[in-house]
Amino acid sequence: MAASAPISACPACDAAPLARETASRAIGDKLILSLPTIHCAACISAVERGLAGLPGLKDARVNLTLKRVTLTTAPGFPATDAITRLADIGYEAHELDPGQLTQTAAARTGRDLLMRLGVAGFAMMNVMLLSVAVWSGAEAATRDMFHWISAAIALPTIAFSAQPFFRNAWRALSVRRLNMDVPISLAILLAGAMSLWEVAHSGHHAYFDAALSLTFFLLAGRYLDHRSRAVARSAAQELAALDVPRALRVRHGKAEEVAVDTLTPGDIVRVRPGGRVPVDGIIRKGQSEIDRALLTGESLPVFAAPGQIVAAGEVNLTGPLEVEVTAAGNDSSLHRMAELVAIAETRRNRYTSLADRAARIYAPGVHLLALFAFLGWITATGDLRLALNIAVAVLIITCPCALGLAVPAVTTAATGRLFKRGLLVKNATALERLAEVDTVVFDKTGTLTMGLPRLREDPVHDTGFAVALGLAQGSAHPLAKALLQAAEGTTPAQIEQLAEVPGHGVQGQWQGQTVRLGRAEWVGATAGNDTAVWLQIGDQPPRAFTFTDSLRPGAAELVAALREQGKSVHLLSGDAPGPVGALARELGISEWRAAILPAEKAAFVEALAAQNNRVLMVGDGLNDTAALAAAHVSVAPASALDAARVASDIVLLGRDLAPLSGALVTARKATARIRENFAIAAAYNAVAIPIALAGFATPLMAALAMSLSSICVSMNALRLR
Amino acid sequence: MQMLMFLIPISLALGGLGLAAFFWALRSEQFDDPQGDGARILTDDWDSRPKP
Repeated sequence: MAASAPISACPACDAAPLARETASRAIGDKLILSLPTIHCAACISAVERGLAGLPGLKDARVNLTLKRVTLTTAPGFPATDAITRLADIGYEAHELDPGQLTQTAAARTGRDLLMRLGVAGFAMMNVMLLSVAVWSGAEAATRDMFHWISAAIALPTIAFSAQPFFRNAWRALSVRRLNMDVPISLAILLAGAMSLWEVAHSGHHAYFDAALSLTFFLLAGRYLDHRSRAVARSAAQELAALDVPRALRVRHGKAEEVAVDTLTPGDIVRVRPGGRVPVDGIIRKGQSEIDRALLTGESLPVFAAPGQIVAAGEVNLTGPLEVEVTAAGNDSSLHRMAELVAIAETRRNRYTSLADRAARIYAPGVHLLALFAFLGWITATGDLRLALNIAVAVLIITCPCALGLAVPAVTTAATGRLFKRGLLVKNATALERLAEVDTVVFDKTGTLTMGLPRLREDPVHDTGFAVALGLAQGSAHPLAKALLQAAEGTTPAQIEQLAEVPGHGVQGQWQGQTVRLGRAEWVGATAGNDTAVWLQIGDQPPRAFTFTDSLRPGAAELVAALREQGKSVHLLSGDAPGPVGALARELGISEWRAAILPAEKAAFVEALAAQNNRVLMVGDGLNDTAALAAAHVSVAPASALDAARVASDIVLLGRDLAPLSGALVTARKATARIRENFAIAAAYNAVAIPIALAGFATPLMAALAMSLSSICVSMNALRLR
Repeated sequence: MQMLMFLIPISLALGGLGLAAFFWALRSEQFDDPQGDGARILTDDWDSRPKP
């Protein structure tokens, strides 16, 4: 499909996708499929063995950590072959956008960090070995020799391994800010320089091992941080890759597939039944019904005819439509909504994480303490070397080994656990914000419900129902499909001259009478509040089949669990009061509002926030995006529209909603662990700082204290269940 | 003390060997899928002969 797309007249517009395709070819014929459901050893061998026989496939390798499979293939191997094979053996698979250069970049930084970590670990252990000899009483020339060897190992290692900290510290300093990396870099550099000077003057104390273990532990924290973020990022990209931004452009009576961003106003675009409208426009040809659920939350499809305006993101249900483009790409309503979200996002980014808050108190505090120690000792003794030594000892001892590990160790454990349960945490501070939630606001269509209709009552299996089934066979409309699913024992009646009347319904001949199944107006009935199709046999009065939206699995459990946790639960929907009220009663939600506009949703969330409520918004549609961005923290199901997923902090990968209540508990526990870790670090400092200030600190004590506090903090993080 | 002249270089060289092995493992992407590698030892797919 992509390969056969002709190059358009606008080369600049095509440059991006073209570059993407070239890139994929440059890597060799590699194809990456996302496998969201794999989880164990049996899955790995099932997938690899299942794919093995495919013609044109050279190798398949599953990556369980990232939940994907990399295929090495002969040129021109169609991805759909592999996807259908995987579907046959029961694994859901999606082709990933091959141009994920950022993906390889993330892998490269990960490997880079790991390399520095390995070097630091090697150097730390060797220097520690030599230091132990010094601590256990090596004297004079032997001590000096050991110190010199240590220096020869430590200094190049620091220059290589601690680079990430130096770079970050420099970046912060050059915009006149202080971050955690400034005291870290200062401690490492000063410890190295001071120790070298001491060794040159055959001093007793060298802090090479301290400088190296500092580097090692902090790099470990950095690497954990990077890993959990890389997993989240790659999964988020997988979701983005599901929407292929292509459209069918009609020119001189011929349709060709082009990228959406090459369309210009005035172009005619064909939208197939079942397809999503890619642009804003006006219908020029064809009749159909349009599903607006993702944009407005309405569960009833709308009749569509020439002259009517459609917006990007709506789904065409029954007949082919030709739409004249009025706005595409950056001007379309979809994109404008995404911009709104971006604005709201920056507002949310003002949330300062626990780690930032700690760093803000900590960084200046440490510098002041070291300066205070230096000034105090120099006025007391007048000995510059002693004063500097003590100041450096203070810097090293207070250095945030534990602090640097406190947050990443916990978030890695927590996000990993949530990922296993099917929740993808996209934002670094999302867990902390999730822990503070006291109010939960739900959207209806597509969030609490599946957005799939289901017959409300068990049908009477009479001839009328059989006729309706016979007619339903002639249509791909969701309501027709739902009707057929309820068929059970009834055999559909034989309908002759079966024909779909786009936008209205299906019509045919049965035992010499005209029979129709479709919209209320079409068969001469008055439409009620509920989603319904109407059946008319000959001249008999029409009869309705009413539908409800089926509940998303886990929705009832989630709402019950939330109320048990003492959260207040709200339901906001753009749908009509009838279905919203029915759902609210079914789930036991007393606070509900129907038929509200997207802006009102956001205003409602903001009003709740103004009353000091921390709001969790769960929604999937374009009408929810503003509210999702305005909320304290937000969750979207994987089936949600692109913009909604971008606006949310957490994406629910499975269909089941139930894991969400567990996520709230995990988030609260994780935040508690982070606070405990800070407490451990503070307690350790409370003991160590006076000792260092008094000038009693030795390299041995520094090494012991540093390792002990780091191990305590990591162990505490692992307790998270 | 003479012994140290040999022992320290030898210990450093051995440690360096380990480091080199780590670099090799890193470069050949053996740390890219820690979860999968842990699970793979449980399968008996290529027990009797190596994967072609």
